[in-house]
Amino acid sequence: MAVDQQLKIELGKQGVFVTTIEELYNWGRKNSVWPMQFGLACCAIEMIATTMARYDLARFGAEVFRPSPRQADLMIISGTVTKKMAPQVVRLYNQMAEPRYVIAMGACAISGGPFKQGYNVLKGIDRYIPVDVHIPGCPPRPEALIQAFMTLQKKIDGQPLTGEERPRHLNPEAQGEFPVPEQGAHDLEPTSNPGVWPIPVVIR
Amino acid sequence: MKTVEEIKAAIEVAVPGAGVEIVSNPSVSGQHSLLIAHSHALQVAQFLRDDSELALDYLSNVTGVDYLDKEISEKVKVTRTVTKTVDGVEQQVEETVDETRKRVEPGYLETVYHLFSVAKKHGPVIIRMRTANRTDQVEMPSLTPIWRGAELQEREVFDLYGVVFTGHPDLRRLLMWDEFKDHPMRKDYVEPDDFEYEPTAHDQVLERAKQHAAAEKAAIQEGAEAR
Amino acid sequence: MTPSIAHPDRVEGWNRPPIIEPDGEGELLEVAMGPHHPSTHGVFRMDVALDGERVIRLKPVFGYLHRNHEKIAEGASYLASMPYTDRLDYFCSLTNNWAYALAVETLVGQQVPERAEYLRVILAELTRIQNHASTIGFLTQEMGASGTPLMYAFREREKILDLFEQLTGSRMMCNYMRFGGCRVDISAALLDEARKIVAGLPGFIDEFEALLSTNEILMARCQGIGKLKPELAINAGISGPMLRASGVDYDIRKVDHYGIYDRFKFRVPLGDHGDVYDRYMVRVLEMRESVTILEQALKDIPAGPIMDPKSKIRGFRPKPGEAYGRIEAPKGELGFYLISDGTPNPYRYRVRPPSLINLTVLEDMCLGESVADVVVIFGSVDIVLGEVDR
Repeated sequence: MAVDQQLKIELGKQGVFVTTIEELYNWGRKNSVWPMQFGLACCAIEMIATTMARYDLARFGAEVFRPSPRQADLMIISGTVTKKMAPQVVRLYNQMAEPRYVIAMGACAISGGPFKQGYNVLKGIDRYIPVDVHIPGCPPRPEALIQAFMTLQKKIDGQPLTGEERPRHLNPEAQGEFPVPEQGAHDLEPTSNPGVWPIPVVIR
Repeated sequence: MKTVEEIKAAIEVAVPGAGVEIVSNPSVSGQHSLLIAHSHALQVAQFLRDDSELALDYLSNVTGVDYLDKEISEKVKVTRTVTKTVDGVEQQVEETVDETRKRVEPGYLETVYHLFSVAKKHGPVIIRMRTANRTDQVEMPSLTPIWRGAELQEREVFDLYGVVFTGHPDLRRLLMWDEFKDHPMRKDYVEPDDFEYEPTAHDQVLERAKQHAAAEKAAIQEGAEAR
Repeated sequence: MTPSIAHPDRVEGWNRPPIIEPDGEGELLEVAMGPHHPSTHGVFRMDVALDGERVIRLKPVFGYLHRNHEKIAEGASYLASMPYTDRLDYFCSLTNNWAYALAVETLVGQQVPERAEYLRVILAELTRIQNHASTIGFLTQEMGASGTPLMYAFREREKILDLFEQLTGSRMMCNYMRFGGCRVDISAALLDEARKIVAGLPGFIDEFEALLSTNEILMARCQGIGKLKPELAINAGISGPMLRASGVDYDIRKVDHYGIYDRFKFRVPLGDHGDVYDRYMVRVLEMRESVTILEQALKDIPAGPIMDPKSKIRGFRPKPGEAYGRIEAPKGELGFYLISDGTPNPYRYRVRPPSLINLTVLEDMCLGESVADVVVIFGSVDIVLGEVDR
């Protein structure tokens, strides 16, 4: 239920502040996103640079990098996911507590990037886990990562707590565990998770 | 520093019957190399390391190379005796005919070692070893007992090329996972078809994209018929 | 999987890691450190067997960032591999560029104009300074100095990266050098800015040293830890600051005389204990020497072309043959080995990764130390996973 904006301002002048539980809850969530301290490749260095003095991610309430997935809300896939690493990435994602979000940082995490032709390179992490924000770039600049944070904050802010659109942690039927791929004799098995990523049909 | 010819001569004096050949390098770099036989590889390597003049104590780089089986077709002039009828009389005539012969030169796997000397500050001296073929005789003596620097690099060559180093203390896959069966750096390796083709594909990628699309179309049609 | 504390595959030899038997007092434990571990600089794994807190066996596991650089390069033209070399050791893209350009120049016999040589030296030494500073930052972070030295290092690194960005268009992936020269020329204004940055560097190193060099905790955690003997270091192919910290005088800038390093006066710092503290100190002193080289190079840089006019961009086909080119990269000897068969693509393209080969002796250095020291010893090796696994 939304509060009338004009009324809110009027009450604010009288020293009465009105809000909804939804707004308050999302405001708290969006300003304390704790990312996981998890670097994969080149993009991880730009991720570190983002937290350092010049770019200072702390301004967005996201400077608390947690090494344990159990204490983190956000996984930044910062770099190339290889087929050897993909099962571990999915397992780490499974270990994170809801609500959890994923930023695919850089071309490699989105699609394999420049290493797309490689035999050991996963062609995009969204084959196995759902991704909330993609940032292109090789590597993306720290400003781009900050932009991704702001996009994610907007997304969190807009999530209704009830109804069909509610986030996964409020929906008991939502899928929580994602199957971890096995390392087979020639390739990962299965090569993608059809529940997350439908194989695109190329029409020529 | 000694030239390759001088090193070859020194090896032959120190290790009799070593069977060293010079592989010349036609490029301007002038980095010629020595082909070492398997049987005396360890003695030769030890000589190269411990000789006071060469003192090649530093193994810098180990490279695997794959050479495919080559089909060579060459034109050969063959002289044969043919029976011909000349002016109504049968005669034995010698005749020279061009004939195209095809033979298959077996491919091999090769390992190249770049040696330097920290004591004398010279190098590189390049030695190489070859396997008999690419399929069943892929053994090669390991030089890790002489130079520890080869340990991880020989494991990498084993992983990516499938060269089996006898005498290596810990020969396991280095980069790929243990259950992996192929040797991906070989020239005839076929990678799993999980490529997403971009709309601007060209050359070989376009060819593969077309094949991929045909297979996909067939699969979709099959599914429709089954329904 | 049951812990395999025993050594089934161990071979005796003077250059093998010693076999340590558990003394039966502590608890036997096998720990997999990594591939997701905050101290492994990315995705590296160590299978560590512990007797109480003492390390009795350590097996590194590689390949979590194996991106098939060599295979991709064999299917691409010579020039097309240049941007991929940036992503090998992603802290030092410019030295990677130089090593690859040097290998190709050796293969085809190209000359590099003088101004381009100076530019290469300037950029390589700036790269070395920012790499060593960040490495020390990460090393101290692993000892518990959470953030502060790293912030100092990154503050200086950002200044150097700004210069790279203005010159090459990218902060990290510079893709700047070409066979027979460099891609774009540096302007006079940018050279002045470089001089300004270099003038500020000695102050930064002084400050950095005042913060760290005599710090009690740093000395306690580093001195006498992770010793490496010079004989083993040479035999195992160790290179770079790690080799010199063991007291071996081997700097490829002095040995191979590549580029124009002969023209500059600089010293090669050596350690005498071969422990973690020596590796730290050698890096600090190398930064100071790099500043000396930079001051000389920025003073003498001549005007002139930056590309060999004979060099070809299109239709670049080296004659059949092979070449090995190597440089002293910040992490050690970075070499490229190329075999050409006369086609536009290399037949074999091999990177000699210093980070991988420096890890050969990781087990030897860690055996008998406590598990907390493993992290520090590993940090002192200075690796980047993009180069370890390629």
